[in-house]
Amino acid sequence: MLEARNITKLFRTGLFGREKVLAVDNATMTVRRGEIVSLVGESGSGKTTLCRIILRLIAPTRGEVFYDGREVTRLKGKELKWYWSKVHGVFQDPYAAFHPFYRVERVLYQAFNLLPPLSDDEKKRVVHEALTSVGLRPADVLGKFPHELSGGMRQRVAIARCFILKPELIIADEPVSMLDASTRMGIVRLFKDVRDVNRSSVVFVTHDLGLAYVVSDRILIMYKGRIVEEGDPVEVMEYPSHPYTKRLKEDVPLMYRKWGGF
Amino acid sequence: MPEPLLIGLNLSAFYRLKLGEIRAVDGVDISVPRGSIVGLAGESGCGKTTLVNVLLANVRPPLTIIGGTVMLDGIDLFKMNREEIRKKVWGVKVSYVPQAALNALNPTKRIIDLVRDAVRQHMPATDSEIVSMCRRRFEELNLPLDGIIRYPHELSGGMRQRVIIAISTLLNPRLLIVDEPTSALDVSTQKQVLKMLLDIKSDRIIESILFVTHELALLRQIATHVYIMYAGKIVEYGPAEDIMLEPMHPYTKALMYSVMTPEPESRQRGIITIPGEPPSLVMPPPGCRFHPRCPYAMDICSRKEPALVETRGDVGVACFLHHERAVA
Repeated sequence: MLEARNITKLFRTGLFGREKVLAVDNATMTVRRGEIVSLVGESGSGKTTLCRIILRLIAPTRGEVFYDGREVTRLKGKELKWYWSKVHGVFQDPYAAFHPFYRVERVLYQAFNLLPPLSDDEKKRVVHEALTSVGLRPADVLGKFPHELSGGMRQRVAIARCFILKPELIIADEPVSMLDASTRMGIVRLFKDVRDVNRSSVVFVTHDLGLAYVVSDRILIMYKGRIVEEGDPVEVMEYPSHPYTKRLKEDVPLMYRKWGGF
Repeated sequence: MPEPLLIGLNLSAFYRLKLGEIRAVDGVDISVPRGSIVGLAGESGCGKTTLVNVLLANVRPPLTIIGGTVMLDGIDLFKMNREEIRKKVWGVKVSYVPQAALNALNPTKRIIDLVRDAVRQHMPATDSEIVSMCRRRFEELNLPLDGIIRYPHELSGGMRQRVIIAISTLLNPRLLIVDEPTSALDVSTQKQVLKMLLDIKSDRIIESILFVTHELALLRQIATHVYIMYAGKIVEYGPAEDIMLEPMHPYTKALMYSVMTPEPESRQRGIITIPGEPPSLVMPPPGCRFHPRCPYAMDICSRKEPALVETRGDVGVACFLHHERAVA
C-alpha cells in the first residue's frame, strides 16, 4: 500500500550550510494494508525524519514515496489534501498538537477540511461518535481548553481524529512515550482498535523495543539513518543478525530474565 | 538483624496551597536495609519525588511535614535544623541525584570546580587534596581522568551521569538516592550507568541505594526490594522477585501488565488495560484510593482504607482482598 523507496535526507546546518548531517541514508520501507509495523531506533537514528517524509511534512533529498502505486512525493494542493486524508500522523507530545488558545474540539472540526463537505449536524454527530470510540465522554471534553485535559485524554482526542478521517494509514511517532504506565496500555489498545475497526494500517515510530515487540506484525530496526534489520518481531529478537540489533537485545531490560553479571 | 540504614515511619507531608492541601505523602512507612537496592516505583504525580525530599528532610514551603520520623544511620533527621543537615547529612550520610541532574550542571564551571564547591561545604580541603580525591575515585570506577577538567557539555549524556554519580559519592555517603537516573539515555548507555551503580556499592563506597523510577524492568534487573506507590500511599512492598513476578495488589498487577518487554511472555499476555487515570491528590477518593479503577473492588473498599499488612514472608500489601486471606 505504501512504499518509501531509497529515501535519503541530508540536512545542512552551520554557517552557510557547510556542515551536513545525513539523517536518513537510502532507507526503503513498505507498509501493507491492515498491518501494524514498528520502526524502532534510538534518538538520532533518523526514524522521525523518515516518518515526516512519508507524511509529506518535509521533502526528501533523494528517493520517492508511493501510495497505492502513485508517486506522492511531489503532490500539491487538492491532491496533497487527498493524500493527507488517507495518511494521518499522531505525535509524541499531545500538548503540541493543540493550540492553547482554542477549545479542544477545534482539532477535531479541522479534520473535516480534508473530507467531503458535511452539514453542521452531521459533523457534530461524527465528533461525538469519534470521542466515544476513544473512550471519552463528549461532555467531559467538548468546550474544554487543552490544559484542562490530562496527557492521556489529549492523546485520546488526537486519536479521535483518526476515527473522523478513517485514514488508511496512521503514522504514530512515539505516541505513548510521554504517558504513564497505567494510561499507556489504553492508548496502545486504541491503535489496535483503529486497525481492527477501520482496517487502517499503523506505523509505530518508537525507541521502545518492548512496545514494538508486543504490538507489531513486523518490525524495522533503524540505526544511523539506515534500516538495518526487518522481520517478524519474534524472529528478529530470537535471531538478530545486525550487530546493533544484537546489542539492543542484550541491553534492553527484561522482566522475566535477569542480566548476566548483575 | 541489623538496624536498617534508613527508616521512615508514618510519614505525611502535604503541599499547602491556596486551593487546598495536596496530600502527596500520606502515612508512608519505608525502610532501606543495609546492603540493599530498594526500588520506589509509581507513576508521575504519585508522590515518589516528594517522599524522597521528605526522607532527605529537604522540606520547604509549600511542602509541610504533617507527621512521622526519619532515622538515617541512627540520626533523627527531623530533630536537626537545615544548616546542620546541610553540613552533616547531605553529601556525607546521604547523597541525592535528582531527576534530570545531567542537564542541571552549571555550564560555566568545569567538573572539578563543581566538586570543589561541594566538598568545601563539608570540610576544609586544599585544591590539590580535592583533585587527588577525584582522581582516585575516577580510577576506581574506570572513568576517564580528563573528565574532571571538562565542562559539562563536553561529556556525553551517559558519561555526564556517571561523573555526577562519582562526584556525588565522593565523601562515601552511606546511602545514595537516585531519581530516574537513566530516563534520558538509550538502553546501552543506561546499562553502563546501572553497572556503575552496582560497582560503587560492591566497592563499598556506599552501602545502599534508593532507586526511584517508573520503569519496572530496570528494577527487575537491579533492585533487591521494591515499594509500589499510588496516590501518596505505599500499596505493596517486599523482595523484588516476589513483587514483580507474583504481585498481589491489583494496582501492582496492572503496573506489571503494562510493562512491555521484548519477551515471549509479554507478547502472549497482550494488551491488558485498566480504566481511568490516577486520582487528584487534593480530593483523593475515600477508602482505598485505587477502588474506582479496581476490577476487584468490593463494598468495603470505598468505605474503609486498607492498612498495609504483611501477608506472606516480607511482603506487605494494602488490599482487603488479601487481608481476609491473611486473617483466615
